[in-house]
Amino acid sequence: MEVTATNSNEETNVWGGGNKPLNASYGKMMMWFFIVSDALTFSGFLVAYGFSRFKNIDSWPIADEVFTHFPFLHGVDAPMYYVALMTFVLIFSSVTMVLAVDAGHHMNKAKVTFYMLLTVIGGAIFVGSQAWEWKNFIKGEYGALETRGGQILQFVDGDTGKRVALEAFAANIISDRATHQSSNGIWFVGETSLPNFTVEEVKEGFAANDNLLIRGEKIDEKGHKIVLSREASLAKINDAVGVVEGANLIHNEYGNRLFADFFFFITGFHGFHVFSGVVINIIIFFNVIRGTYERRGHYEMVEKVGLYWHFVDLVWVFVFTFFYLV
Amino acid sequence: MAHADQKLAIFRGLLRFKSNVQKIWGVLIFLSIVTTIEVVLGIIKPESLMNMVFGMKILNWIFIILTIVKAYYIAWDFMHIRDEKGSLKGSIVLPLVILIPYLAFILLVEADYIFDVMNAGFVSWNF
Repeated sequence: MEVTATNSNEETNVWGGGNKPLNASYGKMMMWFFIVSDALTFSGFLVAYGFSRFKNIDSWPIADEVFTHFPFLHGVDAPMYYVALMTFVLIFSSVTMVLAVDAGHHMNKAKVTFYMLLTVIGGAIFVGSQAWEWKNFIKGEYGALETRGGQILQFVDGDTGKRVALEAFAANIISDRATHQSSNGIWFVGETSLPNFTVEEVKEGFAANDNLLIRGEKIDEKGHKIVLSREASLAKINDAVGVVEGANLIHNEYGNRLFADFFFFITGFHGFHVFSGVVINIIIFFNVIRGTYERRGHYEMVEKVGLYWHFVDLVWVFVFTFFYLV
Repeated sequence: MAHADQKLAIFRGLLRFKSNVQKIWGVLIFLSIVTTIEVVLGIIKPESLMNMVFGMKILNWIFIILTIVKAYYIAWDFMHIRDEKGSLKGSIVLPLVILIPYLAFILLVEADYIFDVMNAGFVSWNF
């Protein structure tokens, strides 16, 4: 009797209860609403990045000059190739995921297992690549000086226009200054390790090499960083108060401080999503092997984690565009 | 349970696939082509695309449009939005399509204003 009641209800009133107006199970719908709210979180981050960038539109670092590394190609200037590779890895693992979902629809356990395994491997490669990218970003390549106002001064060879690393020209001045350990002071206040060079060493080395010029943060209308003349450079270097090598949340050698902050925050948050996605995929993978979904009669769980996994890919597409391309 | 109700055509029916698996590979090829175009443009940076249109370089507009195209196919074909009911489709897509451009518009206009204020010399930044 109840069945007939439901049937008549379906015809007259979609939202009257007893049926699925959106034709999706509870779990799938909740996954979708989680994804919607997470998408808004990520847009908040990316728009905040856009805010800082538009605010400093004439001095923002150029991504091509920051991300130039490729594995096993030392010293080769390879902008973008590595992130492009990472993008392909993630898109491909998205494809294996959707193939796993499709195999689940056909109740093909062997295929679901195989494609889930490929998805996990793809995700692991991506997280590993991101760790490598972070390592290069944190380590830095050339080093720079920082002024009291937080401006970054980079060094270029006036003849070739190429960037010059601090270690290539900094003088060697003997100094007693050592990293202050918390065990030495009365107040047990320590400090992070000192840079390899002091400001004085860089200044002296700069004065001794006539072909060196300073490059500030400002961008000309063509989108290139403005290089100062030799006279202006010699005057500008006196503003420097610190040496910056690599990047952390407070200083970075690439330019505006916010750039590194957003890089760590957004790619870190995305990387955390990928990492949790890999963990969830591994759990599902073992459930598939154990036959949990075979017994349940459907592979909808694979579809739900698949939604999350595709979402991670979707976010990366936007991070890729706004961090590396635009 | 074979899904007979899956829509197997993309590009508004221009390209029809025989099976769902075939469609997945087709979409992968399309996404790869788009990504390759993006990367090639990003490396070459053609001089002709450096002119400003609506406050941004043409190249950046191309990147953003291609990104949205990619996002569409990921959501529609990988996440199966194409096969969902209209009401579910709407309740997922509409909030995002309305709120994100709204947020971006407000914050970017504000940022542009702050840039103007700083640029006009009210704040000294270069020291």
